[in-house]
Amino acid sequence: MKLLFESGSTGRKMSYLPACDVPETELPKKLRKEPPRLPEMTEVELSRHYTRLAKQAFGVNNGFYPLGSCTMKYNPRINEAVAADPNFLGIHPLQPASSTKGCRDALALAQTLLCEVTGMDAITFQPAAGAHGEYTGLLLIKKYHELRGDSKRSKIIVPDSAHGTNPASAAMVGYGVINIPSNAQGCVDMEALKAACGDEVAGLMLTNPNTLGLFDPNILEITKLVHECGGLCYYDGANLNPIMGKVRPGDMGFDVVHLNLHKTFSTPHGGGGPGSGPVGCKAFLKEYLPSSLMGEGRKPHSIGQVRSYYGNFGIVMRALTYILTLGSDGIPASAETAVLNANYLMQQVKQYFPVAYDHTCMHEFVLTLEKTKHDTGVSALDVAKGLIDHGMHPPTMYFPLIVHEALMLEPTETESRESLDEAAAAFRAISEKVVSDPASLHNAPLTTPISRPDEVTAARSPILRYQFEN
Amino acid sequence: MGNYLPSTPQEREAMLKAIGLQEINDLYHDVPESVLLKKPLNIPKGLSEMEVREKMRGLAAENRKFDTILRGAGAYDHYIPAIVTSVTSKEEFSTTYTPYQAEISQGILQSIFEFQTMICELTGMDVSNASMYDGASSAAEAVMMCLDRRRGTVLVSGSVHPETIETVKTYCWGRNVEVFVVPVKDGRTDEAALSSMLNEKTACLLTQQPNFFGQLEDAAHLNELVHMAGAKAVMAVYPTSLGLLETPAEQGADIVTGEGQPLGMALNYGGPYLGFLACRKELTRLLPGRIVGQTKDAQGRRAFVLTLQAREQHIRREKASSNVCSNQALCAMTAGVYMAALGPDGLRQTAELCYHKAHYFARELQKIPGFVPVFDGEFFNEFMTGCPIEPTLLEERLAERGVLSGLPTPQGMLWCVTEKLSKDTLDDVVKIIREVCAQ
Repeated sequence: MKLLFESGSTGRKMSYLPACDVPETELPKKLRKEPPRLPEMTEVELSRHYTRLAKQAFGVNNGFYPLGSCTMKYNPRINEAVAADPNFLGIHPLQPASSTKGCRDALALAQTLLCEVTGMDAITFQPAAGAHGEYTGLLLIKKYHELRGDSKRSKIIVPDSAHGTNPASAAMVGYGVINIPSNAQGCVDMEALKAACGDEVAGLMLTNPNTLGLFDPNILEITKLVHECGGLCYYDGANLNPIMGKVRPGDMGFDVVHLNLHKTFSTPHGGGGPGSGPVGCKAFLKEYLPSSLMGEGRKPHSIGQVRSYYGNFGIVMRALTYILTLGSDGIPASAETAVLNANYLMQQVKQYFPVAYDHTCMHEFVLTLEKTKHDTGVSALDVAKGLIDHGMHPPTMYFPLIVHEALMLEPTETESRESLDEAAAAFRAISEKVVSDPASLHNAPLTTPISRPDEVTAARSPILRYQFEN
Repeated sequence: MGNYLPSTPQEREAMLKAIGLQEINDLYHDVPESVLLKKPLNIPKGLSEMEVREKMRGLAAENRKFDTILRGAGAYDHYIPAIVTSVTSKEEFSTTYTPYQAEISQGILQSIFEFQTMICELTGMDVSNASMYDGASSAAEAVMMCLDRRRGTVLVSGSVHPETIETVKTYCWGRNVEVFVVPVKDGRTDEAALSSMLNEKTACLLTQQPNFFGQLEDAAHLNELVHMAGAKAVMAVYPTSLGLLETPAEQGADIVTGEGQPLGMALNYGGPYLGFLACRKELTRLLPGRIVGQTKDAQGRRAFVLTLQAREQHIRREKASSNVCSNQALCAMTAGVYMAALGPDGLRQTAELCYHKAHYFARELQKIPGFVPVFDGEFFNEFMTGCPIEPTLLEERLAERGVLSGLPTPQGMLWCVTEKLSKDTLDDVVKIIREVCAQ
């Protein structure tokens, strides 16, 4: 496929703007020496370019997308229509408050609804993504200890099954990480947790259900232990989807929560953003929440600001639309169906590949292809790439790190029984190929515009921008 | 109730049976009985699409949308060609995940590679990442790139956007790093004060061009002082201005960041916007977030992949260069389509229109007593004037006439003019202001 810079030709352009209708002013002294080498093309060329690119992308509407921990559910069209309202799109973030009642009321409504879903007392929408929410939540914890003069607390407990963002966020707030191993059941090792709890612990970060798709049955004991040693409990909301309307992080003993509106609340992932990572907290942490300096003004005990203004407002409006649509009845029904779909799919797929922890799962489950690889040379990567040739998006690969040759599947509630059956059939077909023709899987996928790219060369000799000839 | 569940109650029943369970709550047997919700959430029941649409339309209608916007201060009302929204609303782009699976994601990966190239062209830098959350958090991450064991304090010019300063302070507090704000003199960074604040511990100076007050900084000189002290020069820039003005590279910047919203994103009450972050080649491996690189597939065809992942959280965990996972990919694509649509001529035309119209408006405004410019340096499309009446009163009076005024500040009004305002509109605004001030 041609790049933009290989299309068009010098001098081609469109007429988007009118001629200057005011008397001109002498230009400033320091102007750029060369114009930027941006594409010079007509709109028809540009339009076709992106239509070609769209054919080489795989969205939720292109097929089954069981990407574990990413909750690739259907993104309702009404969300997009609502967010495109000119009375939202055209509002400047620093307009006088008297002219932004709609935006503020909508955010307040979203806050009320999400507080009820999570069992929290207050929420900020400033964080722009899940990891940004983790960072914000940890800053609340840091502020809490700091204002109490409890300066010894410098460590965060993170289970080894956690998302990589958890330890990375902890490092960004200057905290050390205590990794806690998982027990034989895939949940937090209680003895290791007890040993880790102490007066240096600032808090615990936990995803529940965890990345193995398991709900930790000791959850109340876990949060109690952390509280008893003086730490706070942080809930990573990446996996909230299977439990929304069924059980609330606030009731499980968590003090701070982040949500991924682009997972649980159906806003589109956009190829990696924009998302939204609102952070909720219990009342005793409320005064530390961030605020917009020029909008709401600085609050005395606030952690400050983690980005400009009020966050990804347009994404919050999509999520609000979704919550109003589902309501108190649709929310638990969606959670239950997500869990049912995952268990139904697991039941079928485990006939072909072993499940790492064979137990009733929540929204997702993890296969381990360690033995397959040992016996046949076919890896988790090979199976994932083989699934592409069956028209589906592969599962998450090689995560969580504690499972060797892992494939993590999260079907979500918006898949029908037939689509789950078709996915199971694809796994069966591949499992047969593992036996009959393992070598063919090393070359998969065969139906895509490119075959497997050379990632080693990409990293060793990076080409990170187009190389112009002149 | 509204939902998006394809399966009927009968199908769900059958599926439950297929996995050997009796009722739905059997799936939740690991949840302690004491916390399993016994009654519905205390929120309204679900609604039909028509009802939801009406409710949300009603909320939006409570806003006052202005047709004439003379306010910038970090969010800019530029013209967005129709092609931009048309491209970015394609569902293949909007509903896909981060392109981990390169074979079925070449469209997304190529668009990011093109975005990275265009950001490099605009700024004069060697390398750009795939996007950041917004201008403020991107500036904070840029500052974080400069810290090392020997150099652990940060300087930020007081002429940087106040919310960016606030965000940098938060990130620095998180990392237990000291931040000092360099005073402002006559609307620009005070060079003498800067010289006295730079030392062997200084990691970097963050400046903004044009600065928050609209003034053009002598960035080349500031950056020279910074380099003489062995620190790094980080510049936050207004991308539209780079259609015309000297690039940050020409001004000696090591790292360039900025708010990408002017490149095709609506005001949208503050987001989603786009942070961009680019740097000199030597700093590549310190960049946070996603980066797309070019390589070949097994048949030797050009291919694009997420690369240099050894910096990232999913590999390095607590040792990663940042925790960025989701960023603003679709906003980066938006900026890419916008820049490609305008091209070098269109971008220069946009910048020139902003410049000429802002200067015209400033001259006309000055004819009204009391609207004297607060600072006398060169500016791009924002400028500060005095205000003969209470600034918030002027704001209110203009709002009554459908005009969003400049931003009231302690020094007066901070005005912004973009290409969207015609001469007639600007003349009308001047007339209204004259009337209001005469009352």
